[in-house]
Amino acid sequence: MEFSEHIKTANVEDVVLRQPLHPPGRGTLCITGHHLLFSDREEGSCRQVLLLLRNIDAIEKSVENLLTCSGLFSNAGLSQSGVCRLSGSSGTITIKCKDLRVLQLDIPGMEECLNIARSIETLSCLDSMSELYPFFYRPSSASLRDQWGLSSLERHYSQMKELHDRWRLSTVNRDFSVCPSYPQAVIVPKSTDDDMLEKVAKFRQGGRFPVLCYYHKKNGMVIMRSSQPLTGANRKHCREDEQLLQAVIDGSDKGYIIDTRSSQQALQARMTGGGLESKSCYSSWKRLQRQMERGKALQESLIKLVEACGEESNNMDRWLSKLENSKWLSHVQTALSTAGLLAECVERDGHSVLVHGSEGTDSTLLISTLAQLIMDPSCRTLEGFLTLLEREWVQAGHPFQQRCAHSAHSHARLQQESPVFLLLLDCVWQLWRQFPLALGFSEALLLRLATEAYASDYGTFLGNNQQERCALGVKENTHCLFQALLRPRERDCYSNPLYEHTELAIWPSVYPQSLQLWRGFFLRWTPQTHHLEEAQEEIRNMVIEWGKLALSSCPASTRRSEDVQNM
Amino acid sequence: MEHIRTPKVENVRLLDRSSGQRKASIGTLYLSATHTIFVENNPETRKESWVLHSMVSSVERTPTIPAGSQVILRCKDFRVFQILVPQERDCLDVHTSLVRLSRPEKYSELYCLSFNPNVNKEERQESWSFMDLTADYKRMGLPNNLWVSTAANSEYRVCETYPSELFVPKSATPPIIVGSARFRSRGRFPALSYFHQDTLAAVCRCSQPLSGFSGRCQEDEAMLQALMKANPGSDYIYVVDTRPKLNAMANRAAGKGYENEDHYTNIKLHFIGIENIHVMRSSQQKIIDVGEMRFPSMTDFLYGLENSGWLKHIKAILDAGLFIARAVADEGISVLVHCSDGWDRTAQACSVASILLDPYYRTIRGLMVLIERDWVSFGHKFSHRYGHLDGDPKEVSPVIDQFVECVWQLSEQFPCAFEFNERFLVAIHTHIYSCQYGTFLGNCQKERRDMRLGERTHSVWPELWKERAQYTNPLYRAEQSQSQGVLRPNTTPYCFKMWKGLYNHAEKSTPPRQSPADFLSTVREESQQLEEELANQQEVPPGGTPPPSPGLQTRG
Repeated sequence: MEFSEHIKTANVEDVVLRQPLHPPGRGTLCITGHHLLFSDREEGSCRQVLLLLRNIDAIEKSVENLLTCSGLFSNAGLSQSGVCRLSGSSGTITIKCKDLRVLQLDIPGMEECLNIARSIETLSCLDSMSELYPFFYRPSSASLRDQWGLSSLERHYSQMKELHDRWRLSTVNRDFSVCPSYPQAVIVPKSTDDDMLEKVAKFRQGGRFPVLCYYHKKNGMVIMRSSQPLTGANRKHCREDEQLLQAVIDGSDKGYIIDTRSSQQALQARMTGGGLESKSCYSSWKRLQRQMERGKALQESLIKLVEACGEESNNMDRWLSKLENSKWLSHVQTALSTAGLLAECVERDGHSVLVHGSEGTDSTLLISTLAQLIMDPSCRTLEGFLTLLEREWVQAGHPFQQRCAHSAHSHARLQQESPVFLLLLDCVWQLWRQFPLALGFSEALLLRLATEAYASDYGTFLGNNQQERCALGVKENTHCLFQALLRPRERDCYSNPLYEHTELAIWPSVYPQSLQLWRGFFLRWTPQTHHLEEAQEEIRNMVIEWGKLALSSCPASTRRSEDVQNM
Repeated sequence: MEHIRTPKVENVRLLDRSSGQRKASIGTLYLSATHTIFVENNPETRKESWVLHSMVSSVERTPTIPAGSQVILRCKDFRVFQILVPQERDCLDVHTSLVRLSRPEKYSELYCLSFNPNVNKEERQESWSFMDLTADYKRMGLPNNLWVSTAANSEYRVCETYPSELFVPKSATPPIIVGSARFRSRGRFPALSYFHQDTLAAVCRCSQPLSGFSGRCQEDEAMLQALMKANPGSDYIYVVDTRPKLNAMANRAAGKGYENEDHYTNIKLHFIGIENIHVMRSSQQKIIDVGEMRFPSMTDFLYGLENSGWLKHIKAILDAGLFIARAVADEGISVLVHCSDGWDRTAQACSVASILLDPYYRTIRGLMVLIERDWVSFGHKFSHRYGHLDGDPKEVSPVIDQFVECVWQLSEQFPCAFEFNERFLVAIHTHIYSCQYGTFLGNCQKERRDMRLGERTHSVWPELWKERAQYTNPLYRAEQSQSQGVLRPNTTPYCFKMWKGLYNHAEKSTPPRQSPADFLSTVREESQQLEEELANQQEVPPGGTPPPSPGLQTRG
């Protein structure tokens, strides 16, 4: 497809751009296949705004014809010439971005305005993935031959020597035929062979059979994840599935299954072919039902919260009631407490746990990721966290393409959108706030990820699973976000200067007073967030200064100072 | 002491509910003349908990259970202790004693009049001279050719509740002052709170006029005229009535009210709508209840927060301060602030305005000076409001709590703008209630003078100053942009949150405890040391001791 057929007007002069945190500017607006470019031509300043069209969630246009009065007598002249360029007419386009920014463009010329609006509408939600910007993004600083991704399951497995006794790497899914949303390699109990896995896959929704996602070195317990069993109304069961799970607890007295649905939801799922693990077939497993919000309800919660934040009301009662009504913080609370429960089962009780909801691609990944952050210090460094996201979200098949197609402003009918990944980032931010020294990355990283998941120059969050990415050649034709975030300059900005390694688990408080609205994200475009950023900057400078001093004053302390610089 | 029935009870179980303690500790309970003391039996820790009697806000006995009888001790700093006594008779004694001890009837029973830190007379006198308000007025550039110090109230004859030293416009002659005082509730005539050198505009304060529906007073009108003239660049002043307009109107029926714009030329009246002390008292009780909920859902919590109205009141006070600060700094217009008696809402609005206008009040010493000036010296009724003595419960109200919280909310919005940290604010809050020092005793300067508190007690300010290292915000830099000039906070509702550090102590106990402030303080200290070392590097032997890791040292 040619992008140019969607661009009737590529350039408009004399456009006024209004955006948060900046004074309005007048300049030239330019639309390309993937970007909106605004350059300020005001004397002495040279400001450019480059906005990825994919970042645009919704646009609203209003045109007004200033000539309507005078139009009465010039009417004839206009229709004769056929040139409908009403020199006095203008239009305003309000652009609402997926990163919650709201921009406004005042465009002279009604027709130009409508053309621009139409181009944005079309180009901001292209259907075909191969037309998306990551396939065109060619920064001079990187080459397509650079390493793609941080790790693979093969590497993960080979590094975890302690796994090798009882666990094996299976490539039963090498052509994605057993489970389309799983990666090519997965870790399963050694005693379960590939034939069994194929049978188990048929018994689990979407073929997502139980696989290992976390091994707790302290006590050898594991977290497994899967999708719901397909018991259906006549309560089918599957011997291989039971054997696989039996092999997981091998030797230990019992395991827990954390089902992220309410008991009623789980029972109802039988009517549509799903179901739950019955006590009789899985006698050594204890099921815990913890209902978590998902899908549409979560998306609606986000929409309500963003709406509440955008309201310039001065009424405290109204704000608090809207905040409550959005339920977003309740979802944060539930996610963190369910993850806490999961970590408690593994770390404190010393039992292995299987996590699933229905599809096993959303709330399942949410709580398994949070539990790993709570328990495992190696996930809490910048690399560790990105590797965790790569493994537990990208490779594990969270459908980014569907979930992040639109954000809170969109008027489009909701389909598969759901801000599960955003909820994860919010929960991680809560951890970061409660344990300011325990996580190796900064709030800026979480904000960057929240933006990139919805619109990106990079290929990392493209597609819904590895199979789609392989088919599109994402690895060969796009650049990797995680690699880019680890380059020296980025690393400085995305690491936490206060970070100090601790072996201890970080148990979050889920008491309502301990959880807060993530201002950095939801109120990102309001001025006072700027003061908080200044404070972060100050912290960074103080620690860097201290590191430099330590380095230059005492040669013996070199090692420590290097630690500081690496943070 | 006569009120102590049982000085010692053994095998008592104590649960510090507010710190999130889950299991009660067993130990011995002692009642002294000044404290309730609990000593743990555990020979390894022998942890002691001390609660000052004057910090106890209520003692409640709950129905007896098989394990014994229970007393719940609620403190004015929002800590809650649950005490289980095996014998019902002992429990009854403890309860009766504590009820009496926590409600002293005379000032002489208070801790500050029996507490004798090991200092001599000279040191005590020195402790009182630490605070020098004249120096603060001097810092503002006063007296000058616009504002002068008046001796009219030097013997507290014009206004009993005002300080002896006051600043008024140069043209306000004693007859004008006396006449204006007669027309103002409790004689609280317009006097200067803060003078803004950059714009020459001033913040002044008074009480409501005794205008009723039609009353007027020439001297009072002349007084307001003098206020306006003391600001050469302006041709009007704002009169900020911090009450809701309805309340102000209702007061007219009682012969009080607000300024009639027909009688006063060149004033602009502005109502803010801060509620009265009774509303605030019940609002705070509601927010304390929210803090005490055992396992609230997010909905319970947010609903409770909304229902308490507390943040709405905090916002109203901050809005009042912001209005005044903007008038003074941006428009260069002087402001006269009053409420009813001019000692509660007026003190709140004026002191918030000073914090916003002048970076000095955002330092440790500056905040002390500000509280001393706008609250202590201007006759805020500390002993009545904070229940120092057993008295009328309707007089009690968390007025200064709200000011301190406004400062905290600001410090959350501007993390680098304040020299002090949250701990300092909490410490001030505690001392206002504790009666450990004489600073906040009594209801006005005259009362304190009559009680000779300067000879019999100590001042809290030098004590806090000595401890300033632990009250310092490591992010503060005097030269930074956030710290300079006028502070312009955003008061959109989403900028306010519940002050967990004050109302709820529970989360503090979640390990590993991590405080970036402590970490940074250590980083800062070490950096300074290292800088010094570097300066003398030639003298430092190679391979000196490496700096220890700051986080590890300060945690715990």
